[in-house]
Amino acid sequence: MSSWLDYTINGLIVGNVYALVAVGLALIFGVSRLINFAQGSIYLVGAYIGWVAVVQLHTPLPLTIIFVAMVAALVGLIIERFGLRPLQNSVRIAPLLATIGISFVLDQLVMLTFSPNPRALPSQLPDVRFQVGGGTIGPLDLLIAGVGISSALLLFVFLRYSKLGWAVRAASQDRDAAMQMGVDVNRVNQAVFGIAAALGGVSGLLVGMYYNQIDTAMSLQATLKGVVAEVVGGAGNVPGAVVGSLLLGLVESYGVAVFGTSYRNLFAFLLLVVVLVLRPNGLFASARQAPPEPLTGTFIAPSRPVRIPRWALWVAVAVFGVLPMLPVSFYVLQTLINAWLLGMLALSLTLVAGTIGQVSLGHAALLAIGAYTSALLSLTLSVPVGLAIIAGGLMSAALGTILISPSFRLRGHYVSIATLAIGEIVSLVILNWESVTRGPIGISGIPPLSLFGYELTSPTSVYWFSFAVMVLLALLQARLLSSHLGRSFRAIRDDDIAARAYGLSLNRYKSLAFIFGGFAAGVSGGIAAHLYSYINHETFNTQQSILALTVVILGGLGNVVGAVVGAVALVGLPEVFRIAAEYRILIYGIVLLLLVRFRPQGLLGTI
Amino acid sequence: MAEAHAPLLSLRGLTRRFGGLTAVDGIDLDLAKGGLVSIIGPNGAGKTTLFNLVTGLDRPDAGTVSLEGKDVTGLSPERLAAQGIARTFQLGRVFGNLSVMDNVLIGAHTRLRAVKPAVPVIGPLLELGLALLRSSSVKAEEEGLREEVKAILSRFGERLLPRIDQPAYSLSYANRRRVEIARALALKPRLLLLDEPTAGMNPSETAEMQGLVAELKAEGLTILLIEHKLEMVMRLSDRVIVMDEGQKIAEGPGEEVRNDPKVVEAYLGHGLSGTAEQESAA
Repeated sequence: MSSWLDYTINGLIVGNVYALVAVGLALIFGVSRLINFAQGSIYLVGAYIGWVAVVQLHTPLPLTIIFVAMVAALVGLIIERFGLRPLQNSVRIAPLLATIGISFVLDQLVMLTFSPNPRALPSQLPDVRFQVGGGTIGPLDLLIAGVGISSALLLFVFLRYSKLGWAVRAASQDRDAAMQMGVDVNRVNQAVFGIAAALGGVSGLLVGMYYNQIDTAMSLQATLKGVVAEVVGGAGNVPGAVVGSLLLGLVESYGVAVFGTSYRNLFAFLLLVVVLVLRPNGLFASARQAPPEPLTGTFIAPSRPVRIPRWALWVAVAVFGVLPMLPVSFYVLQTLINAWLLGMLALSLTLVAGTIGQVSLGHAALLAIGAYTSALLSLTLSVPVGLAIIAGGLMSAALGTILISPSFRLRGHYVSIATLAIGEIVSLVILNWESVTRGPIGISGIPPLSLFGYELTSPTSVYWFSFAVMVLLALLQARLLSSHLGRSFRAIRDDDIAARAYGLSLNRYKSLAFIFGGFAAGVSGGIAAHLYSYINHETFNTQQSILALTVVILGGLGNVVGAVVGAVALVGLPEVFRIAAEYRILIYGIVLLLLVRFRPQGLLGTI
Repeated sequence: MAEAHAPLLSLRGLTRRFGGLTAVDGIDLDLAKGGLVSIIGPNGAGKTTLFNLVTGLDRPDAGTVSLEGKDVTGLSPERLAAQGIARTFQLGRVFGNLSVMDNVLIGAHTRLRAVKPAVPVIGPLLELGLALLRSSSVKAEEEGLREEVKAILSRFGERLLPRIDQPAYSLSYANRRRVEIARALALKPRLLLLDEPTAGMNPSETAEMQGLVAELKAEGLTILLIEHKLEMVMRLSDRVIVMDEGQKIAEGPGEEVRNDPKVVEAYLGHGLSGTAEQESAA
């Protein structure tokens, strides 16, 4: 019994921490209808600023908390002013993408400044435990609960009784009306971002102290948990976010009690998917409401795609085809092989995110499914590698579509959250399903690529193989886009209500897009598995999903040629300029930010 | 009800509530094949909600919708489109990034046969396969539809044909409305619902639109029309239904309805009947 009380206390404490993140997310969503993916990065910044304060400056605890809150708030204000305010009249997806870019940049800056190694963040409170009933509780638990409750109260008073708080509430109910009544929406946004960031930073500090450890992987986890809690409570609903957070904390804590620590996140994401499917507006939201009629074509940046003459494309294919016969270094071939593999993933994502408008943030999961299927088939059943890769593609198409299908009824940012969660679920299942996937050990000794019994081991043959597969997939996709399916997909993206009124079933066409896209991604993952000869649950991670998204936006959403050009550019340019590996992610983040701000239609234009 | 004499569209006691508000309150309506019925009423009277109920974008809380005597209440919009119901939207819902041609081709989506075999379970996969393989029958179907789209667009004179490959977002407001109507016609509808087709149009554009609707009616198309411009309503309608606060407050031939004091009060407001006379005389 006593341990149950412990688990309950632990769940509520962790829930309190999530609440600090989730309340910030809810405030921001309420005012700007934006899911701030950078919230976890602010939490990370808070933890490291806290480390600086505690370990380097030896500040006393109250000062540490104030210091962290102020620095984090400043970061929030900077994000709002320079990252998001310029995008106010931009396409709907732009601010979301910007916060993803900002989160990459912040995480990498922290990593470059403090190194990726975990650090200890000592608690500044005496290490005593009090007996409460059958369990124990420490001063840090009480502090976390105290900070959680007092910030909730402060926030309540601010929203209820201050003039700016009124403005925040007005803007979240009806932004346009609030503006017409003279509410300065920019000031409201500033206030909201400042508060959200301060709360996020403090929660990073407290979590660091709670576990006495901080590392850069905290960021994504915090964003994910905060988003889960917020969506469970109902996006934009501040009290709902608090309840959602406590619920999430308890579900995780009891889940860990019953199944073990490695299942913690699995419960969080399953909770999210279940809530999204059954009550997409959250547990406490009012009845379903039809969305207002949108202006048309606001999802992606309208543009006139650059028309590249067909002969020029064939010349390019021929040039890259004969490249290995020219005196080029293996290094160049190796780089281009990576570009072709990323190109296949980008083809898949540009179809799903661009053509049919489902901005997937978990696309790497499709690579993982293809890679594991192909690797296991060739290893355990001795299936020829060529067939195994095709089977990997088919498995990605089938399994990926089934897994993603709960999100088919969702829109916009919710699709991104759901795909992110589903991607995490896939990775966690791979980690925990040891009898099939070999769990954390991963799969080693995967046979090399081979075709009709001939092993493709030389870089030249691998190059030709991957290039040929990518060109084939690109041609197929171009053919798909020029068929009635191309216009059907794009119609669903532009206006799903009008599309339904003209007989287009969303489930049917979203499934077809994911089947086609899943195949391309699965094939890419399969080839990669045989190329690397070793894979584990982290080989295909969220970073790759975001990289693929950057590639796709760089090339122009929905643009087949753009996807390939984007892949070559993002893989090739860092090599050309010999940029060290640790700076690359930073560069990708900056590229994403610049694109969203200055060229949302990408290099070749959205289609 | 005898099938042969059943009206094309028949609503019985159709009701939709949003929280405490009853947006559509027990509406009965019969629309005979080839007829044109207009629904008028002040803003917020529930006209567009009624359209949403008929086209499946919203589900009624009570009441029935039947097409030629067959109950179709609560069917999905996809199914209703396949039954031959086409509509335009009040604020305009063209597919902004699609060309005029593609917008109108989407209208013909429910008529695709060769590329969309009616096979259960694996039908979608066959559709994907056929779209990629593009057999001669699929090609022929697509070509035929493209020709048809051009014929439909030619109804609008030189307004749309020269812009056939332009994305819809680049069109003028009035042209987007025209694209919507062209898209609805491409469905070859049994029943066409027009939600304020002349909203935001100037007098000459309105006259043009009125001419087109008259033409469609003369061709035998069954039309349900929401319109604020009374002049157009009076000219075109076989019957006019007046809605206010979700309820039908009057129904009958245009002239009769127009002089109904209840209508004058609800639709035009107190003491404004003089303005109404001017408006309808304009």
